[in-house]
Amino acid sequence: MRNPQLNKHGELQHLLTLDGLPRNILTAILDTAAPFTEVAEREVKKLPLLRGKSVFNLFFENSTRTRTTFEIAAKRLSADVVNLNINTSSASKGESLLDTVDNLCAMQADMFVVRHAASGAPMLIAQHLQNTGRDHIHVVNAGDGRHAHPTQGLLDMYTIRHFKQDFTGLTVAIVGDVLHSRVARSQIAALTTLGVPEIRVIGPRTLLPTEVERLGVRVFHDMREGLKDVDVVMMLRLQNERMNGALLPTPQEYFKVWGLTAEKLALAKPDAIVLHPGPMNRGVEIDSAVADGTQAVILPQVTFGIAVRMAVMSMLGSH
Amino acid sequence: MNILDAEALCRQLAEQIRPHVTPATALVGIYTGGLWLAERLHKELGITQPLGAIDVSFYRDDYGSKGLHAKPQRTDIPFGVDGAHVILVDDVLYTGRTTRAALNGLFDFGRPAAVELAVLVDRGSRELPIAARYCAHTLAQALPHEQNLELQRDDAGALTLQLTQRA
Repeated sequence: MRNPQLNKHGELQHLLTLDGLPRNILTAILDTAAPFTEVAEREVKKLPLLRGKSVFNLFFENSTRTRTTFEIAAKRLSADVVNLNINTSSASKGESLLDTVDNLCAMQADMFVVRHAASGAPMLIAQHLQNTGRDHIHVVNAGDGRHAHPTQGLLDMYTIRHFKQDFTGLTVAIVGDVLHSRVARSQIAALTTLGVPEIRVIGPRTLLPTEVERLGVRVFHDMREGLKDVDVVMMLRLQNERMNGALLPTPQEYFKVWGLTAEKLALAKPDAIVLHPGPMNRGVEIDSAVADGTQAVILPQVTFGIAVRMAVMSMLGSH
Repeated sequence: MNILDAEALCRQLAEQIRPHVTPATALVGIYTGGLWLAERLHKELGITQPLGAIDVSFYRDDYGSKGLHAKPQRTDIPFGVDGAHVILVDDVLYTGRTTRAALNGLFDFGRPAAVELAVLVDRGSRELPIAARYCAHTLAQALPHEQNLELQRDDAGALTLQLTQRA
């Protein structure tokens, strides 16, 4: 079976996950994103690539940053963008996911940007489109359950490449709630594909998936030990909304042990950069002094995110 | 195709442009060959405005059929376009579609006072109402579509015109 994300010519058909995405495609997305960063500095921030195309943002789960950056990216490519907030629409009246999709296809949708609480929902839509011969319609996963958040992973890779140039000599630490994090899964997949020799995962046992070592990462349960001499620190958001039961002590206790402070960051290399996918819980997983400090690249991540999403959509929209 | 000496044509082109250069003149090279040529002209003519570079991938009219080019480059227009006298520089003028795309891109940066086109070779077969103000050589007979004429630059920086069969 061919990779469901690629068409028969080996081009990107859907972007569902970074797991199994070939290195040449991943690198092509990063390369294509680079010239798009320049568009933001122009007087007219618009390119004609998706003129006449309709992009539907299907958000079954709340999001501000991701939805907004997808919307800006599509608009800068001249697409018509329709935002569907599903909490207030048909799903609450009982319409099934695929019925919603079919209805939007009848409105000449060209691309779906999908966020869903259920892992695999974007894949289900992509398969449905393929089974019904609608190969000209593309799906971009904007985050599904605990599974994947590929554009976040890509923009993180873009950010790392921007500041560190090369992946093959880096030690990268991913810190925090890996268990509930689709971002972490996409990061680990991309870092592995791009040849990062050492990926560390740092967090309490209760917030790391069992057998996480199988992903090829080194596991640390001591933050100070794990941060030693790393080049890149990728913080994760504590996913309060995805937790059930007593996985955690109080936020204050969590911060004391797992919060990134200037004192802990000093253990990393002096030129280490700090990433965070947002939204940040200041004083829980990250201290304000670090979040606003010189090593943080959290706001560049947001800016690069627009260029990366423009690259993905323009690569999909051409066929 | 060795009958065309790219270096000699480049010097001729510079002499054609020279009488028309003013302090408001700015050059914009079209990736890749046009930019190499523009770098030469910029130096040769002592242009004071910084050199611009434009990648037309985002403005091509065949995006819908051919997709995005493999590795688009960063467009860089480092001077104020409003009121500028811009000379677009390309290596070979063919259908005119690249020039059309470059004009579209340029106008997203502002409203130039005037835009002219300078090319090394006009190979004929225009599909749009576009003409070069400065042109070092016009082929007597249009080249067939299967043949590709483009500028190459070797490691020492020497320019040559290469004629190849289109894949």
